[in-house]
Amino acid sequence: MFTAMLGEAWHAMGANRLRTFLTMLGMVIGVSAVVLMMAIGQGAEAAVKRSISAMGSNLFVVLSGPPSAGGARSATGNAPSLNVKDANAISDLDGVVGVAPVTMGKAQIVFGSNNWNTDIIGTTPSYLDIRGWNLSDGYAFSESDIRSATRVALVGKTIVQNIFGDNIDPIGKTIRIKQSPFVILGVLDSKGQTLDGRDQDDTIIVPLTTAQRKLFGNQLPGSVRQIMVQAESDNTMPMVEQGLNSLLNQRHNIREGSDSDFSVRNLTAIANSAAETTRTMSLLLGAIASVSLLVGGIGIMNIMLVSVTERTREIGIRMAIGARQRDILLQFLLEAIVISIVGCLIGIAIGVGGAIMVNIITKAEIIISVNSVAIAFGVAASIGVFFGFYPARKAAMLNPIEALRYQ
Amino acid sequence: MQKSVIEVSGLYKDYQTAAGPFPVLKDVNLRIENGDYVAIMGPSGSGKSTFMNILGCLDKPSKGQYVLDGHPVANMEQNAIAQVRNRTIGFVFQGFNLLARSSLLDNVALPLVYAGVDKTERHARAKLLLEKVGLAKYLNSRPNQISGGQQQRVAIARALVNKPSLILADEPTGNLDSVTSEEIMTLFSELNQEGITIVLVTHETDIAEHASRQVRFLDGRIVQDTRTREIGTTETFGTPTNNIISEAI
Repeated sequence: MFTAMLGEAWHAMGANRLRTFLTMLGMVIGVSAVVLMMAIGQGAEAAVKRSISAMGSNLFVVLSGPPSAGGARSATGNAPSLNVKDANAISDLDGVVGVAPVTMGKAQIVFGSNNWNTDIIGTTPSYLDIRGWNLSDGYAFSESDIRSATRVALVGKTIVQNIFGDNIDPIGKTIRIKQSPFVILGVLDSKGQTLDGRDQDDTIIVPLTTAQRKLFGNQLPGSVRQIMVQAESDNTMPMVEQGLNSLLNQRHNIREGSDSDFSVRNLTAIANSAAETTRTMSLLLGAIASVSLLVGGIGIMNIMLVSVTERTREIGIRMAIGARQRDILLQFLLEAIVISIVGCLIGIAIGVGGAIMVNIITKAEIIISVNSVAIAFGVAASIGVFFGFYPARKAAMLNPIEALRYQ
Repeated sequence: MQKSVIEVSGLYKDYQTAAGPFPVLKDVNLRIENGDYVAIMGPSGSGKSTFMNILGCLDKPSKGQYVLDGHPVANMEQNAIAQVRNRTIGFVFQGFNLLARSSLLDNVALPLVYAGVDKTERHARAKLLLEKVGLAKYLNSRPNQISGGQQQRVAIARALVNKPSLILADEPTGNLDSVTSEEIMTLFSELNQEGITIVLVTHETDIAEHASRQVRFLDGRIVQDTRTREIGTTETFGTPTNNIISEAI
């Protein structure tokens, strides 16, 4: 009985192909929009999350120089107000698990006939722990390299590709940074791009003291541009932030109410808000797309109402030969459901195809989750039932005598 | 004494109009025996169509009793009435009322769908009946590909497919020319000959003469009830020659 009705529904759809197609189109567009938007949104979310974990967790960065002040000042980070002693003091604070003073700059590097301009980071070994940055090859420099300011370097993947090419093992090779020879100890794992698209692998890490004394000179001995601080956990971050501010204010003799000569930034909070933003965006995209699903559903209802009116006589005949009200209801409901489910399947195919196209064309990350497809399918089927029910009920409630007389 | 298929007693039907209830049927009493062939006649507005709708369980009486094949149907609920229509009554309409999109085979098999018969048997029974009404060549044709007379044969096959106790035919020859009408009436006579009860509504006297009994309506009442032949005899056949139904079923 059910299969016979399914066959009838298929037949009825075939009877007016153009109209069935147009009705279905509403569903197709709605579902493909939802699938596509969710794929792009979830892809963006995943990309952001990966950037966050690549940055390291529970991080503060203390920058030297005033964040805002009257008069002409150089940019934040340029004033030589932080130094290694500040970093050592910070490491004694409660809730702090890692501290890495950092000084950095750009420099030209040369190996053989190749040269390259890149970011040089001067720091201590704890920097790698804080950033969660491993070596893919070789080993890191140690505290003794810091003490004696040896000329050793860790290089990022981008540097390896551009300076050494594929065939040369960079470990143990000597490159020149600002004319000084540096021995390469290790190669850094690939970290990919930051949220703003900067290539994190285009970096060389050298001991802090080497950078201070031999590469970038120094306004004041021991001064650093920034100090990275890792808190023990998410929960201790407010306490650590407070501790950082009071400790540095005290060390720098800054009175209550006057401008600080440093600023503390919560990197994790910034990253989390970026993640929150992408999540909101993907929800918003999904919401807009589901409006088109709703419109598709209304289209189905509209056509089913027309169909019931057109087929009034047929309904009368079926009733006269023994169709119960629920048989008629089921028949029209099935038609609406078949239209929405077929439309939904086509929509999923187009949505998935579109997402793959977006991935190929823009290189943007996409994620097609089983969940999003299942949700789109479920919603489409429910729309079929919801918007198909009223017309189907209207058909089932027809008076057989009037229906038979209907011309 | 033969068992009666239809027993109507004290039947009234009012239509609600702006001016209050308008009586269409007034105290109608009728008993139709199993195997009878009855023509219901009368001018338009006499109430014969309303009576036909009530007999066919498409409409409910305002008052009175209607027992169909042993079931008191006047106060049955919707689904049960649908089953009665499906199992007990076979309809033949003036306008044939076939489903235009379906093949003749599917049209004839349709009542079996609602009876819950499986597909193989549905098609087998529908095919057999189409062969018996002489349309074996057209199983997969659409109604618009055959003539009016052929369409009415399909409708009769459909009416017979679920082995009803009663065939209700509403002006079955109204849309047909006289030659084709005669063919259809012959088919009805053959069916009656095999024991099928037929109730026919018509306003044409010569069509009504094919029946064994003529009932005339006027202003909502039965004014004349004439038996012209004994139950089970027709003008054409003295004895059954062509067992359409018993073979098909």
